[in-house]
Amino acid sequence: MVDFRMPSLGADMEAGTLVEWLVKPGAEVKRGDVIAVVETQKGAIEIEVFETGRVEEILVPLDAKVPVGTPLARIRVAGEAAVPPPAPVPTAAPTPAPAAPAPVIMAPQIAPTSPAIPSRGRRASPAARRLAQERGLDLSAIAGSGPEGAIVYADVERGAAKRPPGGAEKKRAVGLDLDAMRAAIAAAMARSKREIPHYYLEHQVDVGACESWLAQTNADRPPDNRLLFGALALKAVATAVRRFPAFNGFYREGKYEPVPDVHVGVAIAIRGGGLAAPAVHDADKLSVDELMAKLRDLVQRMRGGRIRSSEIADATVTVSSLGERGVEALYGVIYPPQVALVGFGKPVQRPWVIDGAIGPRPIVTITLAGDHRASDGHAGALFLAEIGKLLQEPDKL
Amino acid sequence: MNDAAATVTETTYRDAVREAIRDALRRDPRVFLMGEDVGRYGGCYAVSKGLLAEFGPERIRDTPLSESGFTGAGIGAAMAGMRPIVELMTVNFSLLALDQILNTAATVRHMSGDQFGVPVVIRMATGAGRQLAAQHSHSLEGWYAHIPGIKVLAPATIEDARGMLWSALQDPDPVLIFENVMLYNMTGALPASAGAVDITKAAVRRAGRDISLITYGGSLFKTLDAATALAREGIEAEVIDLRSLRPLDDATIMASVRKTRRAVIVDEGWRSGSLAAEVCARIVEQAFWELDAPIGRVCSEEVPIPYPKHLEIAAIPQTPKIVAAAKAALGQG
Repeated sequence: MVDFRMPSLGADMEAGTLVEWLVKPGAEVKRGDVIAVVETQKGAIEIEVFETGRVEEILVPLDAKVPVGTPLARIRVAGEAAVPPPAPVPTAAPTPAPAAPAPVIMAPQIAPTSPAIPSRGRRASPAARRLAQERGLDLSAIAGSGPEGAIVYADVERGAAKRPPGGAEKKRAVGLDLDAMRAAIAAAMARSKREIPHYYLEHQVDVGACESWLAQTNADRPPDNRLLFGALALKAVATAVRRFPAFNGFYREGKYEPVPDVHVGVAIAIRGGGLAAPAVHDADKLSVDELMAKLRDLVQRMRGGRIRSSEIADATVTVSSLGERGVEALYGVIYPPQVALVGFGKPVQRPWVIDGAIGPRPIVTITLAGDHRASDGHAGALFLAEIGKLLQEPDKL
Repeated sequence: MNDAAATVTETTYRDAVREAIRDALRRDPRVFLMGEDVGRYGGCYAVSKGLLAEFGPERIRDTPLSESGFTGAGIGAAMAGMRPIVELMTVNFSLLALDQILNTAATVRHMSGDQFGVPVVIRMATGAGRQLAAQHSHSLEGWYAHIPGIKVLAPATIEDARGMLWSALQDPDPVLIFENVMLYNMTGALPASAGAVDITKAAVRRAGRDISLITYGGSLFKTLDAATALAREGIEAEVIDLRSLRPLDDATIMASVRKTRRAVIVDEGWRSGSLAAEVCARIVEQAFWELDAPIGRVCSEEVPIPYPKHLEIAAIPQTPKIVAAAKAALGQG
């Protein structure tokens, strides 16, 4: 009797969803037959059986999501060869050795588990989770020693002790724990690239109108009151996204939900390494002057480590702008559960055709990282074009 | 240390209970004992042997085989100012008096607007292990612990057997005392000065840092044996004796679990809807973020307690099961 297991269909695959059984218990199967269909992050994949024999028992019901290696069915091998057949899939866990003779008194089952219960990632005890959170540690980097390999409190303690010297003791920026921030970025970005099917679009926009308008507006303002292109970019995105709700909201528990408010997250680099994207609340309703004031305030407070949790938590879409010192284009990683990130490269002088003549124009490459679960490239293109169009008339923003 | 405390005598749990009753009868003229065979026969478990001769039939009263009747009489006497000790032969038979206990004793103070109380103490034997089969061997104290209006005690040690009765008699409300049948023959030391004990707190019977083993009554010594076995493997188990099953001493339980982050509850009741389930739920409610492992339970198998010795042993919590559950919670199962 051998187990037919959830195969690993790539190094990054942790679990798959059993979406179709092509056999019933009792069916005769032979090596190479497709007997099940599994939905993975890569799409639906037909799974072959590696043994010839009879399907004895189906262990996982339809639509159950189970970790790689979970037995899906039991197969009685033809003739029940004396030598156990090779494991069905190279990456699957080996078939456990026959159990030792059962003791007279059996251990009561502490945590009854069923292979049909979908598992979400690694097991960690509540105490371990809280300690890891307090210390800003990433549980995925810690080995578990508890029941069924779960990460327990002591494992996290050991994990904390193993951090490079200066890690835990490093002098923190006031109010900011850069190690914790790095761990949070790692977790969020890994999750984003793991779960979000990104698509990318780019659009080159002539920002000459913006530059003239800014020069005109700033001419008689003191330096600390001048407007920057970033405020216009923010306003353009906030205004555009209101018309394209597929980019303003959250993808949660398998479905996208647009939200009515527009809170634009602004990616801000932290000195010493680190990144945060606090939100400018109701950015679509603020004037460019108000947005500029908000931006200055956010950057100052962010770098001082005095940011409000609401600002950190509830951005509905993110804008990342590399500014003058950046490069021409950036392709962002969406901050889950958001579904879009708009990137602004630095303005560069380019030869540009205007009314049939070539002339130098300041060009900004605007990019969109979109979540393909929530929107498609066509909508993304219209969204980017809308931002470009809005930037042609900065006085109306 | 004074001389009285220094005088220690070897005694049994049975003798300690008898001494507690004798002491109460001497100290308070309102106290009397009644139940089936408590007088001439000396008690089904010989707890009251000799008391009839010493105190006479007015205070050591044999009753008809009518649990509902004499428990009701005890409740009435208590309402009228007496301090009766009612003995029910086993918890299985107490079900005949459940109406009196639940519908009368537990409710009178509430329903009379505090005009009447029922300061009765009801003692009964509980538990399996003496091959008395399925109508005499169950552990239903967890059911009683469900009832607001009464207190439920489970003395596991000789000291508690000696000391809980007097404290229970001082309580203005009904108190049920469950004596595990396997404990009556247990011997141990008891200071001559032993007397009333606190009946509100659980006790840490063994301190440890790795896991909390929470139990009461007849399972206490199996659990302590398990802790000794675990210590040989480097696992330091803390053993909590609940002592009071209602109210539960949450503070002691949580203090232990917060320290060890793991718990196994050992309860001779059936698992489903058990006192162990209640303790488990409270730990999850109050100490979830401190936990390092699923909470384990070692309870009785869900069968009527069998008559054959080997099946009876297999049906109720035993030391190897407790050891195995503790190791499983530590990921060493």
